[in-house]
Amino acid sequence: MASLIERFGRGLGGLIMLIVALWLLGLVLAPNLMMLDFSFRPNLMPSQVGTSADRYTIANFVALFSDPVHRAIFFKTVWASALVTATTLVATYPLAYWLAKRASPTGVALALVALIIPFWINEVLRTLAWYILLAFNGPLNAVLIATGIIAEPVRWFGDFGVLAGMVYAYILFMLFPIYNSISTLETAQIEAARNLGASTIRIHRRIVIPHAKAGIATGCVFTFMLAAGSYVAPALLGSPGSRWFTEIIYNWFFEGGNWNRGAAYALVLLVLCMMVVMAALRLFRVNLADVAK
Amino acid sequence: MSHSVELAGIEMIFGAVRAVERFSATVEGGEFFSILGPSGCGKTTVLRLVAGFIQPTSGRIVIGGKDVTEQGPHQRPTSMIFQSLALFPLMPVWENIAFGLEVRGVSKAQRRRRADELLELIALPGFGDRMVHELSGGQKQRVAIARALAVDPEVLLLDEPLSALDLKLRQHMRAELRALQKRTGVTFIYITHDQSEALAMSDRVAVMNAGKLQQIATPRELYANPATSFVARFVGETNEFAGRVRDVANGLAAVETRHGMLRGRAGPGVKSGVEAALYVRPEAVSLSVGAPGNRIAALADRLEFEGAVAMLHARTNDGAPVLAAIANRRLDEAPLSGGPIQLSFAPAEALVLAHG
Repeated sequence: MASLIERFGRGLGGLIMLIVALWLLGLVLAPNLMMLDFSFRPNLMPSQVGTSADRYTIANFVALFSDPVHRAIFFKTVWASALVTATTLVATYPLAYWLAKRASPTGVALALVALIIPFWINEVLRTLAWYILLAFNGPLNAVLIATGIIAEPVRWFGDFGVLAGMVYAYILFMLFPIYNSISTLETAQIEAARNLGASTIRIHRRIVIPHAKAGIATGCVFTFMLAAGSYVAPALLGSPGSRWFTEIIYNWFFEGGNWNRGAAYALVLLVLCMMVVMAALRLFRVNLADVAK
Repeated sequence: MSHSVELAGIEMIFGAVRAVERFSATVEGGEFFSILGPSGCGKTTVLRLVAGFIQPTSGRIVIGGKDVTEQGPHQRPTSMIFQSLALFPLMPVWENIAFGLEVRGVSKAQRRRRADELLELIALPGFGDRMVHELSGGQKQRVAIARALAVDPEVLLLDEPLSALDLKLRQHMRAELRALQKRTGVTFIYITHDQSEALAMSDRVAVMNAGKLQQIATPRELYANPATSFVARFVGETNEFAGRVRDVANGLAAVETRHGMLRGRAGPGVKSGVEAALYVRPEAVSLSVGAPGNRIAALADRLEFEGAVAMLHARTNDGAPVLAAIANRRLDEAPLSGGPIQLSFAPAEALVLAHG
């Protein structure tokens, strides 16, 4: 803060700080506090607002856990997000290692271009591409039938569609932190381990993964948060059986007209995400500062 | 006795670059063998070929009588010490040392015991639970050696492991490495660009330049009888006088140089008429007037005191530098700078080598 004043002077430095403060207070803190306030109030007719009926209650939270469908969708969202995270990690780690340690400079450039260019298109359209690929009469089924792998077209929408769409959508958020952390590993360490007789699996388990731990944790945290808060992929690629918790929240706000309950549901999701992040960091023995790097 | 290493006609081509050209050498079991050369000469490539990190374009590598050319680094009885040491920073010292044993499925208790034994050997008892970053440069060095020795290798490959240390420590580690090699009897192949290091430690030295093997010899032989002009220039200080060979008789070649006719022992391939250079070490050059043999007139430039000797930098009539080492106890006779002097050396102390 002092350095800001020093660099820009009292006037401009003060202005920058004021803008940042307004941004934090008005656009981050205030909406969340309003959500918090909403979530603890009952859903009332406008005429009842401010009357004796308008008092704090935990009814909205109780409703979530007493409704078996909502409860089930909530827990499914949690473990399905964990599954998305795990699948993305498994799919991404070999690629990150190859990019960081094995690929030629040309290979790295080509692979990064191929990975990044699709992300110039917005998320909805990218998901729509998967919608087309996975359609009942779409190209994936056509190819699988033509090659004789399946006899009848498969309904991919649902759990599989959501998983595929999300893994694809978040792959870069997993890839880059891991790629960066593996890049900083001295190649001679891998050679030394191989020279001492270590198998590929052991080299990864004992040398590469411990070194890349912070990057892996960062990627997992990003991916989990994004997956748990995802709306587009489940909405487009899901089926009634694969509803996501965000869809329920959306419904409370925009279909059910019950903002209070929607706010309570959103708050529960937020708290859950934070708990998962903290648990993951503790599990990986990484602290928040490492992740922020 | 440890395994010998035989390199037969090794060639290594990376794209358009010929990193190693037809390299053949036999390292005896239990020998301290150095490969000396300037950076980029291909010496590290030779070491990596012996370790198995890369496969030669052509040629065979035989270790202990067994052809290992096709084998990977984990199948060969070699162990490498990297220039950067490549210790594992996230493991304590003892796990670093015992990593090769962990890989081989040795129980934890045995691993710990072996690590402690090796820590005794490298004079770092009780350091097992420290982390790598807590060690000094010399200590890291020794841990890297212990880690490489833990797997009982037949051949230890060292890639300029002392280059990161300061001079004092480097000299100390030289002696320690040499002693360790004698004690363990393991064959050492040591890569360095530092000729004093190679001369001080090795049983034999191979000199390389631009991918080509120049000479394999004992340090004394290398210094006294360099086989090529590159070796003469690279190993130790030397004076060089280029010219054309007038005649060769009784093993002595007479070279017509700009400083007159100079005589020296004829090297391989030196015959009358060839372009050649005469090489003489500074310590063979004396100031005494009236000494027999070759004479060169020069102007004394400056005297650099180096402790045991003082190096006289002089210039010949046409400005070429000449070095003469003057023993400490004769310093009183040293000329003043700027003064004309007569430099002389015996033909037996000079060597004539053909160009190329």
